[in-house]
Amino acid sequence: MNTVTEGRLKRPGSLEKNPRLSQWLRVESGGTVSVFSGKVEIGQGILTALAQIAAEELGIALDRIRMVAADTAMSPDEGVTSGSLSIQDSGAALRRACAHARVLLLERAAVRLGVSTKDLQVDDGSIRAAGRSTTFWECSDATLLDCEVDESAILRSPHQYRVVGKLASRLDLPGKIAGRPHFIQDMVLPGMLYGRTVRPSHGFSGINSLDEGKVRSMPGIAAIVRDGSFLGVLADREEVAISAQRALRQAASWRRTASLPNDVYAWLKERALDHRVISEKENGEAKSKAVRTFDASYTKPYISHASIGPSCAVAQFKDDKLVVWSHSQAIFNLRRDLAMALSMGEDAVVVRHVESAGCYGHNGADDAALDAALLARAAGGRPVQLQWMRDDEFAWAPCGPAMALSLRASLDSQGDIVDWQHELWSNGHSSRPGRADSPALLAAWHLSKPHERPSAINMPLPAGAADRNAVPIYDFPNQRVVNHYVRDMPVRTSALRSLGAYANVFAIESFMDELAQAAGVDPTAFRLRHLKDPRARAVIEAAARRAEWNRWKPAEGRGHGIGFAKYKNLGAYCAAIAEVDVSHEVRVSRLVLAVDVGLVINPDGVINQIEGGAIQSTSWTLKEQVKLGAGGIASLGWEDYPILKFSEVPAVEVELIDRPDLPAVGAGEAAQAPTGAAIANAVAHALGLRVRELPLTSERIVAAIERA
Amino acid sequence: MIKQFRFTVNGTETALEVDSDTPLLYALRNDLELKGTRFGCGSGQCGACIVLIDGHPTPSCDTPLWAVAGKRITTVEGLSKGSELHPLQRAFLAEQAAQCGYCTSGILISAAALLAKNPKPTEVEVREALDRNLCRCGSHNRMVRAVLRAASELAA
Repeated sequence: MNTVTEGRLKRPGSLEKNPRLSQWLRVESGGTVSVFSGKVEIGQGILTALAQIAAEELGIALDRIRMVAADTAMSPDEGVTSGSLSIQDSGAALRRACAHARVLLLERAAVRLGVSTKDLQVDDGSIRAAGRSTTFWECSDATLLDCEVDESAILRSPHQYRVVGKLASRLDLPGKIAGRPHFIQDMVLPGMLYGRTVRPSHGFSGINSLDEGKVRSMPGIAAIVRDGSFLGVLADREEVAISAQRALRQAASWRRTASLPNDVYAWLKERALDHRVISEKENGEAKSKAVRTFDASYTKPYISHASIGPSCAVAQFKDDKLVVWSHSQAIFNLRRDLAMALSMGEDAVVVRHVESAGCYGHNGADDAALDAALLARAAGGRPVQLQWMRDDEFAWAPCGPAMALSLRASLDSQGDIVDWQHELWSNGHSSRPGRADSPALLAAWHLSKPHERPSAINMPLPAGAADRNAVPIYDFPNQRVVNHYVRDMPVRTSALRSLGAYANVFAIESFMDELAQAAGVDPTAFRLRHLKDPRARAVIEAAARRAEWNRWKPAEGRGHGIGFAKYKNLGAYCAAIAEVDVSHEVRVSRLVLAVDVGLVINPDGVINQIEGGAIQSTSWTLKEQVKLGAGGIASLGWEDYPILKFSEVPAVEVELIDRPDLPAVGAGEAAQAPTGAAIANAVAHALGLRVRELPLTSERIVAAIERA
Repeated sequence: MIKQFRFTVNGTETALEVDSDTPLLYALRNDLELKGTRFGCGSGQCGACIVLIDGHPTPSCDTPLWAVAGKRITTVEGLSKGSELHPLQRAFLAEQAAQCGYCTSGILISAAALLAKNPKPTEVEVREALDRNLCRCGSHNRMVRAVLRAASELAA
């Protein structure tokens, strides 16, 4: 099946699944409020933004909020921290929970002080009336919040906001910048063993033979753990575990799986098994006006998450119960799949979130959790810290899928688009845990009683997955969009920041520029001609103004280009303008982005996410491509998978269009797609010819020049 | 071979009895519990584990202990004086120059080495000095601004 269904949410955000007030917050006697969110910090600053929302509705200072790390034993189940949805899901729920909690606290205070609630003077949790006083901290007890969240509690108006919409320093940065232990990699538990799993860099279906004698006799080895072709090692010291891992790789002979296709894009087109028309519009009259028709094909390679810190987990078995510390984006889903893989009851497994290095989608975090649990099962009750090495991470974490795209459009005699067709070929963009009949965890497929490996799937539109942003946001009288789903996976694929939007928008926005050129119209004006949505127009106009688009001075080898998208066609509006210098390679000198995320919770948080997304997208667009070799991924280190360096990073300017009366939407993925498209268009502008294959490396540029 | 090594870590004389090939990174993190220096790649290509060895920024993941016997090591924990942050750390906070923060320690150390050698660097010099450090979240420009801010504060 190509899609999963998601239930319609009746109550705002995550309240639908977690309606009890006590699931969301606890007022502490010491003058703080503990806030429980099921969303997790992955470097995006979400806990700070959620704390701002809680402080705002409670009417207390931000530094009284204590965000509690997500834990299956005590946090609301909010699914996955993904899709730029945390502000909508968790923020919307917390806003109402905190507004209700404030009402209950004030009612209790009024009773205590013997007055009516309207006579209370309230300031940062301190309450005064009739010469007497109390506090939130005195008024709360274990029962006060033990009720369902009442959504009728009046929310503060955005125009009265004192914390939301104002700059807030990230709560987690002081510790991180001081170098204090913070990450899962820094965890130490008494008696902890260090673990490494042993996998080759290529696909394998089993171990033919293993000569473990030499490793067994290495000093400091606690155990060699094997279950089918799952192989791992435990040691008292971390560097010993690493040496043993390297030695065991040599000592094992692996049964290789089939080799990978040479031409991935041709392979995708051959293997597509489900062809779905996802959007169709017909207007015969407009179509009959077509005078010129254009075709173009685009490709996007497999992209790696390439987080700086490889995946890690800590696990411990105690009295038939398992506790796992993980940097998973979905601790409840992970618990479900861990229980399935280990044949345990879900209630015997607790998963606790601990931060790791930046996470941009479904990486190896969940796999590392099962790896750690399997090693911990052999550790006699001692805790185990498992970390992947750099090559494990590149070889085994899921990749963002490769995609092939073919577009066709017709212009009328006025240079307007009267017909638009978009076809895409891709693997599924999600193979996250928690959704299939078998565990979506790497080690589960290699156990002596192996579980079936679930295929990557696509979430349904309107958010979509492979087809995210494939339906154009422009107003075309005729359009047809087809999603060709490819189930077989030569490379393991799953969600990577913005999913299919990056490739779809790269193709759409490149093609828009090609059509604008054919029509003899400025690319920005051409877009505005085909756009009615005022918020869309506003970000394009704001970016063009800030970048002084109309005052561009042409110069040899220089170009500028624009890219635009409304993320998922549901979320943030973002326009990007790139300025580039192209010689033997592309250098992006400047990026200007205008973004509309509705109500802004933390302005600097949004800017940080947009800047970061734009820089990461620049890296993807100029440099990144997972290399495939015989039977597996050949990009196993930074030398085979270069990313953008400090000296290559462009200046980035971000303009926020604040809309305090409109719902807040996420910012984390908004910049990815427009930035890549803007760079591609700027390169075409500089060169006078177009490169339609990502990434835009010097080899590609030279080949395009030679073809021309 | 297990041997006793003496070196100075963040100003403190330290002795460890471990295998001489033990990478400095694991001695710092696991023996001395200085977790601020982090593993990224194991081959000196990402900069997450950079420390100062006699003042030179050096990846600790592929530096064996035998190579640092008798030397002075400075880690991120050694930048601050007690609770007083290093000017670079204050500038990183002021600029909110991080997202996930995993690469931050190595970048602070590279920046400290730069400022020790070149107290008034240009932006281009800051970027060149940080080119051995990878950042995946895209906080580069904030970090560059923070280093320039710290440099001007130190000069004032």
